[in-house]
Amino acid sequence: MSAETMLAFETDCHIFSGCGFEAPGLHSFVFEPLFTVGGFEFNKPMLLAFLSTIVVVWFFWAAFGKAKVVPGKLQMIAEAGYDFVRRGLVYDALGKKEGDKYVPFMVSLFFFVWLMNIWSIIPVAQFPVTSVIAFPLGLALVVYVLWLSLTFRKHGFVGGLKNITGYDKSLGWILPLIMVLELAQHLIIRPFTHAVRLFANMFAGHMLILMFTIASWYLLNGVGIIYAGASFVMTLVMTAFELFIQAVQAYVFVLLACNYVQGALAENH
Amino acid sequence: MSAALEMVNLAAKDTFSGSASAIGYGLAAIGPGVGVGIIFGNGTQALARQPEAAGLIRTNQIMGFAFCEALALIGIVMGFVYQ
Repeated sequence: MSAETMLAFETDCHIFSGCGFEAPGLHSFVFEPLFTVGGFEFNKPMLLAFLSTIVVVWFFWAAFGKAKVVPGKLQMIAEAGYDFVRRGLVYDALGKKEGDKYVPFMVSLFFFVWLMNIWSIIPVAQFPVTSVIAFPLGLALVVYVLWLSLTFRKHGFVGGLKNITGYDKSLGWILPLIMVLELAQHLIIRPFTHAVRLFANMFAGHMLILMFTIASWYLLNGVGIIYAGASFVMTLVMTAFELFIQAVQAYVFVLLACNYVQGALAENH
Repeated sequence: MSAALEMVNLAAKDTFSGSASAIGYGLAAIGPGVGVGIIFGNGTQALARQPEAAGLIRTNQIMGFAFCEALALIGIVMGFVYQ
């Protein structure tokens, strides 16, 4: 096993014992496959993503499978979460009439993303699935296809193109410039930032926690113990901060998805 | 002259290696930092002026924050892309 695939606590390397600090890097996000199913290599992030699907489906199934007029404890929690996304995100962006169609999608998207983020601070798992770019990219692609197809379905081909390019005759000579900019903004920059925003937040957060964790282990020697304590406190603080960031990022991801759908349905302005 | 050049080369080779992207990211974080400050400053002001619009303001505040923050986050990623 090379040094790069080892966990922080598997090394017996401390300060003042003549060995260097192993900083976390990109190699902290690459996992050996756990097992192989028919040519597909299953690794830890994939397993966690699979588990999040099961947990989300199970949670809402258990809560709403036999829904009662007077809700039980589980149904109460699920209803609060459902209502939060419905009122706080979908109705705000799309309005009640149009929005109701998209509530199930947005609710599942929100809880799926949130759970994938939360794995970051659950013991044993301790890895945010969304810090592997493929997962946010896939989700962003789903939203991209959704709002793009909605644009063309709602406005027709020419009208959809006008909507995407921000066509407006009153702009005059500057119109070609605006159209190029809007086209690039809608078709390239939008899905890219949508995915990268979630990815980079989780990536940076995981990196920070890793950094303080590894540092507090590395500093455990001689006078370094004091600094190790400080580093460990920072680990706890960053973990609490991550808990907040995870919820905010899931919220932002769905908020932007709602806004894109709203932009697709809106009349050309 | 050659001694100075040698020192610069030495600094670039030994002292400076690996930290150029960190300096670059520090510079790249200035803009988003200012932007996030403006958004939350104005958001707080709006909340103070019109507390009954809290929900609407908070949603827009977080959205603006996300747009701004994206720049800083792309900076983080680029440090790793061009390693």
